[in-house]
Order: sequence, then structure tokens, then C-alpha cells
Amino acid sequence: MNFIYFIKGSIRLIFKGSKTYYAWLLFLLILIVWGGLGYANQLRDGLITTHMRDSVSWAFYIGNFTFLVGVAAAAIMLVIPAYIYNWKPIKEIVIFGELLAVCAVIMCIAFIVVDIGNPLRFWHMLPVLGTMNFPYSMLSWDFFFLLAYLIINFVVVSHLLYSIFYKKEYRKKMVLTIVFISIPMAVGIHTVTAFLYNALPARPFWNSALLAPRFLASAFCSGPAILLILFQILRKMTHFEIKDEAIWRIAELMVYAMFIYLFFTIAELFKEFYSGTQHLLYWKYLLFGIGENKEIVPYSWLSISLGCLAFILFLIPKTRKNFVTLNIGAVAIYASVYVEKGIALIIPGFTPDVLGQIYVYTPSMTEIRTAAMIFSLGSLLFTFVVKIAIAIIFENYSIDSISFQKRGMNIQPET
Amino acid sequence: MEKNKSRRSFLKNISLASASALALSGCTLKELEKFFQKNFRTLSEEEKKELIAELEAEYKEKYQKDFHVSDKAAIDGTLFGYALDVSRCIGCRRCVYACVEENNQSREPQIHWIQVLQMDKERGIDFAHSDVHYDPETVPEEGHFYLPVQCQQCRTPQCTTVCPVKATWQEPDGIVVVDYNWCIGCRYCMAACPYGARHFNWAKPEIPEEEINTETHYLGNRPRMKGVVEKCTFCIQRVRAGKYPSCVEICPVGARKFGNLLDPDSEIRYILDNKRVLVLKEELNTQPKFYYFFGV
Repeated sequence: MNFIYFIKGSIRLIFKGSKTYYAWLLFLLILIVWGGLGYANQLRDGLITTHMRDSVSWAFYIGNFTFLVGVAAAAIMLVIPAYIYNWKPIKEIVIFGELLAVCAVIMCIAFIVVDIGNPLRFWHMLPVLGTMNFPYSMLSWDFFFLLAYLIINFVVVSHLLYSIFYKKEYRKKMVLTIVFISIPMAVGIHTVTAFLYNALPARPFWNSALLAPRFLASAFCSGPAILLILFQILRKMTHFEIKDEAIWRIAELMVYAMFIYLFFTIAELFKEFYSGTQHLLYWKYLLFGIGENKEIVPYSWLSISLGCLAFILFLIPKTRKNFVTLNIGAVAIYASVYVEKGIALIIPGFTPDVLGQIYVYTPSMTEIRTAAMIFSLGSLLFTFVVKIAIAIIFENYSIDSISFQKRGMNIQPET
Repeated sequence: MEKNKSRRSFLKNISLASASALALSGCTLKELEKFFQKNFRTLSEEEKKELIAELEAEYKEKYQKDFHVSDKAAIDGTLFGYALDVSRCIGCRRCVYACVEENNQSREPQIHWIQVLQMDKERGIDFAHSDVHYDPETVPEEGHFYLPVQCQQCRTPQCTTVCPVKATWQEPDGIVVVDYNWCIGCRYCMAACPYGARHFNWAKPEIPEEEINTETHYLGNRPRMKGVVEKCTFCIQRVRAGKYPSCVEICPVGARKFGNLLDPDSEIRYILDNKRVLVLKEELNTQPKFYYFFGV
């Protein structure tokens, strides 16, 4: 029963807000409808509406999936430094990190659903009901891990918010245990996602032991970038207190991650270019194009330059501690990793294809619209849950305020 | 009172929404049954019979022809193998189109289970410099040789390992097959296949009524649907009935050989014993049962 009030109170919250809030919701809704109509075409005509073909059989969707797994993982890994350095609002960091993780995982699963040819048969992948190919298929591992990760984080974050809502003490032991489980799980989901590509000898571009470490490093660049900006917004708009030092510390950790990522990538490039085997072709296609086919070259250099820009901005203490340049850097690294995971990771894995043929892939309008739909649905969900969390944590929105509002309504009609 | 009302209307809305969702997806009872159909390998003989009768009726309605869908199992003591004489192949692509007709591949968009690669004689087998879209007046072209590639029927196939739902597997006679009614269309197998042998139905497959082959196998050439993966099955509907695959029959230069690897008197055994053979990408340890050799 109590939980229904909690849900009710939460639902009531998401419909209240300023004009800017409503404008943001409207913007997302328009994107959802626009994207949804694109996805409807794909449902009707099949994946032919994408630009994927037999040569490049995975592309933008699976790239987005990979990127979001990174976001989901990094959101929780941020709890480690928060704990070690004893940042004051650790509970809040856990809550917002987990909310981000939950939304990101839901978006991940959505990207898988839109990518498969028969979404209605998704249940075949479930254990017992279907015939899950566990433990052989890395995809079933990935699905299993993501689902577990989603449930764990959802349970913790809703328990925390629920307790605050009812002004009760949360079960500290349980929460702590689960948070400590979810940290290695966060590393786990991204590792398993890397293994999805990694162990395919047919695709030399991915068949490198550095793939999983590179995934983790890049996730630690992009995931905290979102939280970095969110924390600043929260600090401005609510009683959320996070010291400048903590934010700079996050940025500093991101520099380490960027450096490690850069180092891994250079190690990979050295091995490929110096040995100069046939496997070099994929890197060549990514960085310079092969012959006339240079379509993805701009994407890769965009990602590289944005990444370098962010690295420099975060490396120099002066620009790291200046909030304008810090935020430029955060956006730049986010965009850089997005392009890297969305395009630069997947496409060269398939180009040239296993028989040496080149099929030039760039995302179709349907793919862009479908991705826009998922991203705006995810953002909508994230907006709602953050709004609920803010009200409960910082604005003393609790079970009492529901009854208080009711009395208030009788006197003063809502405007 | 007010609370109850809102809850009731909430429930009403939910059931309305789910009902309309069902209606939208056109869920007749039959489709619901189809939705809950199990993996082919977990079906009993009875269920298989029932399913096949349904399929035959469905195909008849669609193509106005009587279909035969076989579910003939592998014959004991058979392990199929294939050998292709690279020195004879002239790159005419007749095998490609014979395969399309025999195996009911989609004509629009086109699906080809066999890809013929044109290679430079000077480079030898070199995929990076090969061309699948060669289009001269006549073949063979000066300075080139041809390498047809189709499913290599690996002994240790990667494609079946990665499938998250066990929709594809290796049969006892060595043929790797797909259950089209179970495949979710994730295309992981296509990423895993080192030979580009797997093909996806990106759109609803179109085959002209008059060209459809009605002699089919459940795990082979029966008509497919949108969003599933398909591949060469050595013409499972033919080879389990004692016939040659249609690419072997059509080849005008006799470059294609086929037989039972477990039969010491078979032609394929003769080739393995008397010619020197090679397999593609042997370093990947896929151990193909599809061999290439130089007969002359």
C-alpha cells in the first residue's frame, strides 16, 4: 500500500514544473514522435530501411548500445572515488549515479530491441521460457548481466528514495552490500560487452586483448562527464552541496582515464602499423579511407580532435578549474566517445568485410530517427526520476507533503 | 472514494491499452500460437508433424501451389564434405543462380548464398584485392582466377556458438542449419562467420510464384520471413534424399565435387586422398568441410 503512495507522489511530481521544464518535455515529446514514426517504418518494412546490409550487419544501433553500456558502468564506478576521498554527499552521488545507470541500461536494452529482426521473439533469449545459449553466447551473458545490473540498481535507488520519502532510516547494511556488488558488476557489464566483439576471430579489428581495457577507459571518460554537468546544475538549483574540489577531482580522474585510453590506443596503433599485416586495412579505412571510400574518415577525426581538446582542457589545471572550459571539455569528451563507440568502433570491424569487399556504411535517416527516439525517451525518463529525486532529497517532499497539498488544494485551486 | 475511482479507471486504461496493442499487432489466435511456438529441436514428432502441416497450408495459401516440407533427419554414417577445383572454375556464376532457384532465396532484395570472387593470378588467394562485382562480357578474364565461397560447413563453427537462442546448430551429418521460426535476427552469427556465408532478410523476401521451389526441407529451403538469417545447407532437401546439391549439378566445368566423408569409396574421399587440398582461413581453426584443390 505504502509503495502506491510513493508512486503516486512521484507521479504527481513529474507533472509540476516551471515553463522551462514544460518546454523541455515538449521538446523531448516532439523528438519521440518524430523518431517513433521513423521506427514505425522500420517495423513495417524491416531493417532494409537502415543502411545495414550483409557486409556491415551491425552498425549504429549496436554502437549506441555499446556507448550506453559505458555510461551505465561509469555512473556507478564514480562511487569508488566518492567513497575513497570521502566526498560529503556520497549518498546523493550514489543516488544520481544509479538513476543514470538505470536509465542508461533501459536505453541499452531498447537499442538491442530495435536492432533485432524479430523483436517479438525477444523472449527466446530468456532462460527457462526460451532457450538461452548460456554460457556459450556472449550475447546471452551480456543480456543476463545487464538485466541483473538494472534490477540491482533499481532496487537500491528506489529503496533509498522510498526511505527518505517516508522519513525512515534506510537499511544501511543491505544498501551498502548491494552497492559494493554493483561496482564490480559495472566493470563486468562493460567487460562482457567488449567480449561480445572481442572473441570473434573473424573480425581482426576487434580481436585484440586491449579492447576491454579500452572500453573501460573510454567509459570512465564519457560517463562522469554527464554527472559532472548534472552536479553543477543540481548545485545551482537545489540545496545539493558538492565542493568545487570534488568536481575538480572527478575531472582529474577523467584525465587519468583519458591518458590511459590514449596510451592503449597508441599501443594498438603501433602494433598494427609497425607490423603492417593485412589487418591494418581496418584501421586504414577508419583513419584515411581506402581508395575512394572515405565516408567515415570525418567521423573518426572528429572524435579524435574532440578527445584531444578535452584531454588538453582537463590536463591543464587552469582550464580544469575554470568552469567554462571544464564544461566545454566535458561536452567534448562525451561527444568524442559517442562518435567513437557509435561509428568508429563498429564500422571498421565490418569494412572491408570478411571477403575483402567494401560496403560503405553511414547511418540512414531511419537509424538516426530511431536513435533519437530512444535517446529522448531515455532523457525523459531520466528527467522524471531526477526531478523526483531532487524533490525527495532536497525539497523535503515526503508523505506529509501529499496530505498537505490536498488540504491546500481545497482552498486554492491549482493554477 | 475518489481514490478508488481513479484506480479503477487506471486499471481500465491499462487493459484498454493492452487490448489495443494486441489488436494493433494483428494477433489472431493462430498468430498467438505461432508466437509461442518452440525451438524445432525441442519439438516432439507429433508437434513437428502438426507444425509442418500448418506450414504447408500457409505456403499453399501464399503461393497457390502444393508444398512438401520435409523434416528428414540426418542419415546415420554420413558426414557431408565438399571440394571445389579452383583450377577449373571459370567464374560463370551459374552455381549462384542455380542455388537461388533451388533454395528459394529472395529475388528482391537479392540474396546469394554463393559469392564468386575474382582474384588476380599474381596475388593468389587474396581477399583484400578480390572483386565480387566483376561484370565482363565473357569469363574467364585474362589474368584472373575465380574463388566461389559459400558456407564452409565448419567442424567447429563460430556462428552456432555465438547464437544467443540456439536457433542454429550443426546436424549429425555436419550441416549447419537455422531454425527460421526461432531466429530472433540479432545477426551475431553474421559477425562471427569468417566467410560471409550468412545472409539476412533485411526486407520481406520476394519470390515470383512461378519460380518457387515447392520441394523443401524445414531446416533448408522452405520460404523464409523478414528478419531472419539464412545460409547454404548443402541443399539439405536434396542431399538427404541421395541427390547432389544443385550447385554441383549445374557446374558446366565439373569443378564442384560432393560426397560422404565417411564413405571410403566416395569421390570426395578420392580427392582428399589423391589431390592436395586447402581450406580458407585455416588459422582461425574453423576446420571447414569445404575444401579447395587444384585438379589440373
